[in-house]
Amino acid sequence: MTTATTEYNFAYLDERTKRMIRRAVLKAVAIPGYQVPFGSREMPLPYGWGTGGIQVTAAVIGPKDVLKVIDQGSDDTVNAVNIRRFFQRTTGVETTTRTVDATLIQTRHRIPEAPLAEGQVMVYQVPVPEPMQRLEPREAATRTLHALAEYGLMHVKLYEDIARYGHIATTYDYPVLVNGRYVMSPSPIPKFDNPKMHMNPALQLFGAGREKRIYAVPPYTPVESLCFDDHPFEVQRWDEPCALCGATDSFLDEIITDDRGTRMHVCSDSDHCHSRQQEQQQAPVPRPEPEQALA
Amino acid sequence: MMATPMLQLQGVAKRFTLHRQNSLELPVFHDVDLSVSAGECVVLDGASGLGKSTLLKLVYANYRASAGRITVQSAAGPVDVTQASPREMVSLRRDTIGYVSQFLRVIPRVPALDVVAEPLAEDAGDDPAGIEAAREEARRWLARLRIPERLWHLPPATFSGGEQQRINIARNMIKPKPLLLLDEPTASLDAANTDTVISLIREATARGAATVGIFHDAEVGAAVATRRVDVGAFRSKG
Amino acid sequence: MNTPNTNSPLLRVRGIAKRYGDRVALHDASFDLWPGEVLAVVGESGSGKSTLLNAIAARDKPDAGSVEFQVRGGGLQEVFTMTEAQQRMLARTDWGFVHQNPADGLRMDVSAGANVGERLMGLGERHYSRLRATAAEWLGRVEIDPARIDDAPRTFSGGMRQRLQIARNLVTQPRLVFMDEPTSGLDVSVQARLLDLLRQLTRQMQLAAIVVTHDLAVARLLAHRMLVMQQGRVVEAGLTDQVLDDPQHAYTQLLVSSVLQP
Repeated sequence: MTTATTEYNFAYLDERTKRMIRRAVLKAVAIPGYQVPFGSREMPLPYGWGTGGIQVTAAVIGPKDVLKVIDQGSDDTVNAVNIRRFFQRTTGVETTTRTVDATLIQTRHRIPEAPLAEGQVMVYQVPVPEPMQRLEPREAATRTLHALAEYGLMHVKLYEDIARYGHIATTYDYPVLVNGRYVMSPSPIPKFDNPKMHMNPALQLFGAGREKRIYAVPPYTPVESLCFDDHPFEVQRWDEPCALCGATDSFLDEIITDDRGTRMHVCSDSDHCHSRQQEQQQAPVPRPEPEQALA
Repeated sequence: MMATPMLQLQGVAKRFTLHRQNSLELPVFHDVDLSVSAGECVVLDGASGLGKSTLLKLVYANYRASAGRITVQSAAGPVDVTQASPREMVSLRRDTIGYVSQFLRVIPRVPALDVVAEPLAEDAGDDPAGIEAAREEARRWLARLRIPERLWHLPPATFSGGEQQRINIARNMIKPKPLLLLDEPTASLDAANTDTVISLIREATARGAATVGIFHDAEVGAAVATRRVDVGAFRSKG
Repeated sequence: MNTPNTNSPLLRVRGIAKRYGDRVALHDASFDLWPGEVLAVVGESGSGKSTLLNAIAARDKPDAGSVEFQVRGGGLQEVFTMTEAQQRMLARTDWGFVHQNPADGLRMDVSAGANVGERLMGLGERHYSRLRATAAEWLGRVEIDPARIDDAPRTFSGGMRQRLQIARNLVTQPRLVFMDEPTSGLDVSVQARLLDLLRQLTRQMQLAAIVVTHDLAVARLLAHRMLVMQQGRVVEAGLTDQVLDDPQHAYTQLLVSSVLQP
């Protein structure tokens, strides 16, 4: 049970700022994938630590919300813990580690494995909102390219990957085409997660604090990963299942367990892994799955 | 009834204005009237410097006439060279008027074979068979004009004067055209090649070309001429 | 294949004028350009030739005048009333622009293959192997070793960069190409190679081109027609060899007589 501090306004930001951000969010929702500039405020943590995501969350969070915060899929890394505590202090809302129980999820670099439902809101932390930034650093130029839907340059980048590595080497922050119109950076989520964005029942919001941009993918919006006809989009696969819960269809992190280089693969989504383990422990019949998987 | 002449000059005058020398005017000739019909080979006579080359250049539109009309019969009808647009002239030169100038203007890097084949290759466009046929024809011409085969793949820039002149002749006669202008085509040639050129000119005349030529060698002129014109008659008094 | 409308020119330029403050850079320039015609615009520095080129290519809006282009499947359309999107589309498909400095017309850190393929990708080509094959073919046509398809132009010599720029422009089979001093700054032997290439390509592809150059020899080699400019005005125009061999205007006579013969 947490109590909100009364030193700050609810969710830290003043109401006028929240309104400004909500206006930006509305615009973003109206134009899926389009980067809306907003007046990013000074937050009590530096740029590069999720100020954009925090501002979006702060603008949309209400007292009845149940908040989950993850970083790289985990609820218990330093960043996730800090951000969750920040919101506990400034809003007093209930928090959870379970995806299915959350109404509002702020994430850095992953989409949870558990499918989202209507009514849920995902807020992504975005470092670089502009997908063409490496190839065209001038913002005036990229703005025109987006306006005229001139996306040849994006395919140049993919072409270069194939030419250099034999396959599209981008494994995270893989560019997508939203609603058949705007090319968007989905933030540095692994490309494994890209398909989850497509026709997702939840509202997906993206905040970049340093670059001062907000964008959105409304529920049930088509999101396609860019590719070539003869080099179709493929997600990552692992040879082993999760060492803890046996999952074969989740994103796995590779953990090195000793200095001899022994490694194991475990689910990046800690909630997913936990839930599966609990199910297995509660089941009356021992599940053969984990042994088979570890064989 | 007389057929329309292939080439008709009416009241043609030429003078040069040298602006850098206080607009000094150099009149060359005035009131030139000349007609040349298909199958004729008109040889221009007159001392050097009288403007014979200039006359040919006016017909080719390499020089601009100061007055008068120069009418050439093209496939699409009569064209007045003095009034023609650049694109009409390009077309006329491509299909109607052949011109062997005194000097070969060398295009860098292009092998002699392709220099000669070009007028035919251009017509062939993308068609590889057509281009090969053009090259075949070029080989025949080069052989006939005794250009050693080892030179065929070299650009003509390093060839001797006589060799360059023969390349010039081959290039500008390979595609048969109704009007042919020849400016001293045998000037740097030996007897054997001169004879070959005479044959080429006669063949052109025989197929119905109208030819106007300048020959420094009286015998060559005599060998090909069907008519002679003295340009001295047109000369302006300076 | 689009059959050209031979009754109207490919490009109609009328009354182009441009001033910078009090200085008139360009007075009233007008001409027509027909399919397959190469027009040289010659003059010395300050003549206005580059200003004219940039105005016609819609890179710099002139203060007066019109530029009409015969769009595919349509008639003459005024370029300056097109939307920015249409102009940009035109610039990527039916037009080409070869810059004096190839770095201005290339992506220097992107592979040669991607440089050539970019326009096609922008037009929706999504097949990697086809793109690569087309790029390799074009590299061959501009005499760049196709093995260098994955190298960036930063590693190319000046002449190679310029040839790559040409390939990048021609891959969409444009009907009109603008060239701004395409050979200046290159070594003489390199220039010769490039000019030969341009000559061949303009003929093979029936390209219309407007070539700005201060080098009369380049004009003679490449162009059917020539405009001579002096202080913002066209002082003489006509068949290239006629203007060079029988110049009428005082300035043209000066230009022609000033050329050094090696």
